[in-house]
Amino acid sequence: MLSNDRSRAVLRTYPNWFYLPAAIVFGLFFIVPTVMAFYFSLTRWSLFEATFIGLDNYVTFLGDARLMAGLRNTIIYAVLTSGLKVVIALPLAMLLTSNIRLKGLFRGIIFFPTLVSVVAVGITFSTLMQPSAGLINTVLGFLGLPQPQWLGNPDLALYSVVLVDVWRGIGIAMVIFMAGILSIPQDYFDTARLEGGTWAKFRHVIIPLSRNATFTVILLSFIGGLRTFDLIWTMTRGGPGFASDVLTSVIYKEYQAGFYGLSTAGNVVLFILVTIIVYPLTRFFNSQEIEL
Amino acid sequence: MKKNQMLFKVLSILCLLSLLAACGPAATEAPAATDAPVATDAPAATEAPAATDAPAEPVTLTYLVDDSEATQASAQALADAYTALHPNVTISIETRPGGTEGDNIVKTRLATGEMTDVFWYNTGSLLQALNPTDTLVDIANEPFMANVVDSFLPTVSHDGQVFGVPSGTAMGGGILYNKKIYADLGLSVPTTWAEFEANNEAIKAAGIAPVLATFGDTWTSQLFVLADYYNVEQAHPTFAADYTANRAKYASIPEAMNGFTYLQEGFDKGWYQNDFETLKFEQGLNLLANGEVAHYPMLTFVLSTIATNSPDKVNDIGFFGVPGTDASKAGTTIWMPAGTYISKTSEHVAEAKDFLAFIASPEGADALTAAVSPTGPYMIKGAKLPDTVLPAVKELASYIDAGKSGPALEFVSPIKGPSLEQICVAVATGQMTAAEGAAAYDEDVKKQAQQLGLPGWDN
Repeated sequence: MLSNDRSRAVLRTYPNWFYLPAAIVFGLFFIVPTVMAFYFSLTRWSLFEATFIGLDNYVTFLGDARLMAGLRNTIIYAVLTSGLKVVIALPLAMLLTSNIRLKGLFRGIIFFPTLVSVVAVGITFSTLMQPSAGLINTVLGFLGLPQPQWLGNPDLALYSVVLVDVWRGIGIAMVIFMAGILSIPQDYFDTARLEGGTWAKFRHVIIPLSRNATFTVILLSFIGGLRTFDLIWTMTRGGPGFASDVLTSVIYKEYQAGFYGLSTAGNVVLFILVTIIVYPLTRFFNSQEIEL
Repeated sequence: MKKNQMLFKVLSILCLLSLLAACGPAATEAPAATDAPVATDAPAATEAPAATDAPAEPVTLTYLVDDSEATQASAQALADAYTALHPNVTISIETRPGGTEGDNIVKTRLATGEMTDVFWYNTGSLLQALNPTDTLVDIANEPFMANVVDSFLPTVSHDGQVFGVPSGTAMGGGILYNKKIYADLGLSVPTTWAEFEANNEAIKAAGIAPVLATFGDTWTSQLFVLADYYNVEQAHPTFAADYTANRAKYASIPEAMNGFTYLQEGFDKGWYQNDFETLKFEQGLNLLANGEVAHYPMLTFVLSTIATNSPDKVNDIGFFGVPGTDASKAGTTIWMPAGTYISKTSEHVAEAKDFLAFIASPEGADALTAAVSPTGPYMIKGAKLPDTVLPAVKELASYIDAGKSGPALEFVSPIKGPSLEQICVAVATGQMTAAEGAAAYDEDVKKQAQQLGLPGWDN
């Protein structure tokens, strides 16, 4: 026991009060508001006064007919964006880590959307997707192809936003994959070159050995997808009607309406939901990690 | 090899951090309001009797208004005219967004004691949500309130106190129509819904879209429902009281559901123009002015925007109320003007009251008329509309003069459900039936009533 304590004391590099500034900032701006949020989610709150009403907000929030549609859309959004990012970014990363010309330029071009503000991306694409005068439909019309109502068709709006999210997120996913591929020892590639061509390299070296990177991409974009808000809000505001509502836009609209207690309850539900989905996923991915 | 692994880890962490940082602002938006201290008794003691002989020392009044073109021009006109009369006073105008975003800014600033001296805000149900007895200065006993038209007072009152003066003109809610199309096709103004349907068929047959919808700005979707209230009230004179007391529902009263039925009918019969799901409000106004669509269910305040964007065409626009079933009862629903209020945290209450007295005077109305073309009658006794008023406003005034008008539901009941605009879009794009829309709105209304703590709405 005693020796154990001593060894711990030796390991500690800094005195405890070194942690104090960080602890104060974290406590004041994270822990305190979080605990307050749990309290306010149990009240009817008008900003001027809060009346304790028990679990009524949760009953109202979970009983909302549109919540299920929002939940469905959220899952679709998270699964589609994380899946598409893996499928598109992995081959791109392989291409851009091989010896091709203008590699740096292409890397830059693909990474560029990541640097642009989400709201700017949303506004730009809303204009591009404008049904009659927008660039996308003008080009489609010129080619004689059908011109869909990208954001106006209730069945299509959510998927249009998914496409834009993927376009924006490819850059980050690609960089993670590139780092993953570059960390694969050269010996494997040499063997693969003897065994077969590019396909063998892709199928038997890159896919299995960049698994850590794949898990990172899936996890990051899945969490990002579950709590997505800014792109949906700038492009469709959850509409037309409620067609592209996700959990966060449902909650935000309740906040806007002045239902502060109710929207706080919604945020608590979102917090719990993300935890329930993401925690086991992380555990699973960690157990599957490979050692190079 | 080790180095590569290290590089991979560092890059992953960097990416994770940048992703979190990018997500940050959106996610924290809602909880940011958490630490709003509750302003209970702000310096209310500073109240002094209205200043009669102007104080010499310079005073700056701050004035928060919404950022619509018409409101900004109106507020500027009032401020300019007032400061010309009182050179020691400077009025500094701040703007905020409109809609629910603006509502939150106003609520937050009042709750944190950061409100401007005076501010421009809606009357009726939205005012009730500001907790006015705690946050606003009561002006019920000020002499200038005698200038205000009586029917305006209930919309700025709470618990026997009065808080605001009418700022701008009242407006009509109904159907704006293009008179040129009506003249070309030989149509006459409909007095019943059946006549309106017949007109729409004739207009559609002529290759023109009968009804303009601009769901790119969702708030514009609500007028078929809200502006039909005059007809609801004709059929059910006690609707407002019953609705407030949880005894009347949109889904169970056919006349109340009509507004939703009209939205669905427009979709089923293809009345709306191309791109109606995403078209923006101002683009739509251009279509109406240019005669590319015939009707627009809207409030008459948009006439001032048409007058700015298409000055040569605004005289082609006319107005009629949403038609009902009985031609002899055809009338229109009226929206009260916004109010100007004094925050209890103001340090210049006496000067602010003097400014409000000016807004509520015929001179104040004249200052507005000089700057912005009036889009309805003033709610100030002795204020006159100029002879050059727009044709649509004349048509609106003729309903009022004939006694065939009544206030919208939001001015006679404190409850307005916040999701009406999305529900209307869902009905008008075929995602919900009229009955489903009405039922969804009843649920929405219930949430709002519970939030306001009204009696009769507990679970």
